Amino acid sequence: MTKFTRRDVLKSSAAAAFTTFASPIRAAAPEATAVTPALIEAAKKEGKVVYYTSIDLPLAEKIAKSFEAKYPGVAVRVERSGAERVFQRIGQEYTSKIYAVDVVNSSDAAHFVVWKRDGLLAPYVSEDVAKFYPAEHKDADGQFASFRIWVSIIAYNSSQVKAEDAPKSFADLLDPKWAGKLVKAHPGYSGTIMTATYQMSRDLGWEYFEKLAKQRVMQVQSSADPPKKLALGERAVMVDGNEYNIFQLKESGQPVEPVYAKEGSPLIIGPNGVFKNAPNPNAARLFQSYCFSPECQQLIIDVGGLRSAHPQVKEKVGRMPFKDIKTMKDDAAAVEKLGDDIKARYTQLFKV
Amino acid sequence: MTATQTMPLREGAVRRRFDATQPIFYGFAAILCVLIVLPVYWLFYYSVSDKSGHFTLGNFGRLFSDPTFIDPLITTFILSVSTGLICCVVAAPMGWLVARTDLPGSRLVRHLVTASFVTPPFLGAIAWELLAAPNSGLLNKFYRVVTGAPQDEHLFNIYSFPGLAFVIACYTFPYVFVLVANALDRIPGDLEDASSILGGKTWATARRVTIPLVLPALLAGALVAFLQAMTLFGSPAILALPAGFHTMTTKIWSMFQYPPKPELAAAASLPLLVLTVILLRAEHMILGRRGYSVIGGKSGEPRLIKLGRWRWPALGLCFVVLLNPIVLPYGALLNAALSPVASQPVTFATMTLYNIHWVFFELSTTKIAVWNTIVLGFGTATIGTVLAVVIAYLVTRRVMRGYRVLAFLATAPVAIPGIVLGVGLFLTYTQPPFVLYGTLWILLIAFVTLSLPSAYQQLQSAVRVVHPELEDASRILGATRLRALWQVTAPLLRTSVIATWCFIFVGTIRELSAAIMLFTSETKVISVLIFDLNESGDLAAISVLGIMMLIITFAVVIAINRIPGFGSLRLRNS
Repeated sequence: MTKFTRRDVLKSSAAAAFTTFASPIRAAAPEATAVTPALIEAAKKEGKVVYYTSIDLPLAEKIAKSFEAKYPGVAVRVERSGAERVFQRIGQEYTSKIYAVDVVNSSDAAHFVVWKRDGLLAPYVSEDVAKFYPAEHKDADGQFASFRIWVSIIAYNSSQVKAEDAPKSFADLLDPKWAGKLVKAHPGYSGTIMTATYQMSRDLGWEYFEKLAKQRVMQVQSSADPPKKLALGERAVMVDGNEYNIFQLKESGQPVEPVYAKEGSPLIIGPNGVFKNAPNPNAARLFQSYCFSPECQQLIIDVGGLRSAHPQVKEKVGRMPFKDIKTMKDDAAAVEKLGDDIKARYTQLFKV
Repeated sequence: MTATQTMPLREGAVRRRFDATQPIFYGFAAILCVLIVLPVYWLFYYSVSDKSGHFTLGNFGRLFSDPTFIDPLITTFILSVSTGLICCVVAAPMGWLVARTDLPGSRLVRHLVTASFVTPPFLGAIAWELLAAPNSGLLNKFYRVVTGAPQDEHLFNIYSFPGLAFVIACYTFPYVFVLVANALDRIPGDLEDASSILGGKTWATARRVTIPLVLPALLAGALVAFLQAMTLFGSPAILALPAGFHTMTTKIWSMFQYPPKPELAAAASLPLLVLTVILLRAEHMILGRRGYSVIGGKSGEPRLIKLGRWRWPALGLCFVVLLNPIVLPYGALLNAALSPVASQPVTFATMTLYNIHWVFFELSTTKIAVWNTIVLGFGTATIGTVLAVVIAYLVTRRVMRGYRVLAFLATAPVAIPGIVLGVGLFLTYTQPPFVLYGTLWILLIAFVTLSLPSAYQQLQSAVRVVHPELEDASRILGATRLRALWQVTAPLLRTSVIATWCFIFVGTIRELSAAIMLFTSETKVISVLIFDLNESGDLAAISVLGIMMLIITFAVVIAINRIPGFGSLRLRNS
């Protein structure tokens, strides 16, 4: 296996030679690569894989532990932050020629548009992705695929709000009775909220946010935080946040209830990709492959509360089936174009 | 020994052994220049450059015509003034009670103030979230249980401007306390006696003698508190952002978020830098005048005022004050660390060790963050102490012409707020020739720079009390300056050096504002990890890490307290 050349791919992506798997860049989707004993051996020699992700930390560590249990000798180091921070961090590190990240997962699918365009990602298609994943959930050039799917939802604390009084739609949240009782996360930090803010501003208009900003909203950062603030009892209703955290909390007995807004819930896709300059290329591929296995996909559903594009996994009974949710339409390319503008407008309205 | 050996240097006899003082002097001067001048230079350069590197004043134009920048500027000013005032109102009476009255348990009060002093302010801010978040805060819950108030009523709202000012004051008032108590300790009792003898009643004596004598210290304390509030990053980031407002430091930090605007961040840092310099000059002028009042021969111990039946109420008052920075927050952290839900009071039935297990065995960043923090703590303390002791010596003994430059450089970083230094270092060390970003070196440089002024000041006062005649004796007997230093001066300075080392260590492991600008995934430290966890709302994990940090800190502080001759020391807040 040829060594990776550590070069500044930001500047010379076109020239970057990628020889490991002998597959030409940007040709037809690369062949599926099976997990061979040789790959496992090589991964063990590297000993670790660094996973930059925006998944809620406890869940990310659970995925890490389950991988370590299956492949002893390869430790996963989770580097968790908001997707927008992860994106910035990778950009900053790559500009300074620091290649620390092996595998990335972002809740802002637009980031993959950028990374792919800059030639930072390695094509790698695991067997599961090749065989089972529908075309809309994998990159045509094999550089990333949808690791997780979920929606950003409204939710409320059921010990503070009666079911019949609970909001049913985004429009309901503008009712003066919710002033000072709402919590929401930030699109400058969270990829989920960035994506959700785009979809909501497209479907409901920025006037919606203008009105919402007058509701004395508690502003937190991560989309994993509003559910936690509900569970603490700090705020009665969350405007946005992860459906999967609400599932986790509800199923552990916390008084939280999801609400799927009448207008539709913003749909979030969180792809996984391997970096071309990954310091642990083999462990990276092994981990990437594991992430799309039915085993891991079932784990992120059962333990995590996420949704999966893998047709072999089962949804957990008692949760709203994904097909019954009215979702807004996702559009990573538009988020990529409008992202900076969305952040700026949001900051203007909400002051932070 | 013959007289020839002490003859003037030109004779050549003394030159036979190489005296390394000179190269050391220039070496250290060069190090200081690199540490301080370089980042400040790049800060200035970026602030007056546009994206393509051409000269422009447009960055300042953009900032000062932008309400999202002006608002934080005004907010920060009001915040700093209010914090300064709160600190004075609380700390001055306490300082007086401890220094000049027969307050019972005054030693304990001093210890608890020291504890507030070394508590990382960002940890205090998070603890106060647990206590006084309007709905889930433990104090508000308690209030509702006691009064039967409805669900959405609350006593305190920590996510507010007054809440922020309060929390900052909790960890800033010790600066004022120390200055006031020290000043009161030093006032000779004779002056007050003279007033009494001339018929002055207690109040007249206080008004015409005591208060004027401590007023400079109080003013200086207010300025220091003002500065702290202005340059603090952690507490506003934790409490102001949820409330929907920025301060200067969080605004500068947000300019580094994607898409980063380093030139604007640099331009926004300059007002902070200039204001700090002005305030420190003011402090210097005020404190510089202090000497006039207490000059005069030996004077008696200050007479302690008998509080009589006010003794216990006074002590009670002190403890009520100290509940806020110490007792309540520590309790809240401990509760959150052991509780399944951070906002619920833990009972024996619900107590769990899960959070502790999770932090130490599941969180994969813990190990690397703890390791980095310890390495940086030891590295910074060691390098910082060595730098400070050598500079203090060179300056105090006036070894070389230009020693004043060295003294200036060593104290200059006191005027550089952590976040501003972070911006400056980021700009300096992410581009050739020095690419240190991504290594622990850049953090080491930041921490050494930030800790240098206080370390230097401490060691300078220590060197000053060692009379040069001891070294002279050694040199007359044929030792070089360095040998004299090693054999004579060093042993005499040992306790001060150890104390300084410990205080740099304590100050370093809690530094957040520079670290937040400079860390990468491989160079994360505990303070940054805690900040990260706060952004995703993982309060239990924060509490566990925070308690670990406090344990390390107090182990070191208690160790220092066992060193005889330990004085009041200055820490920087982060």
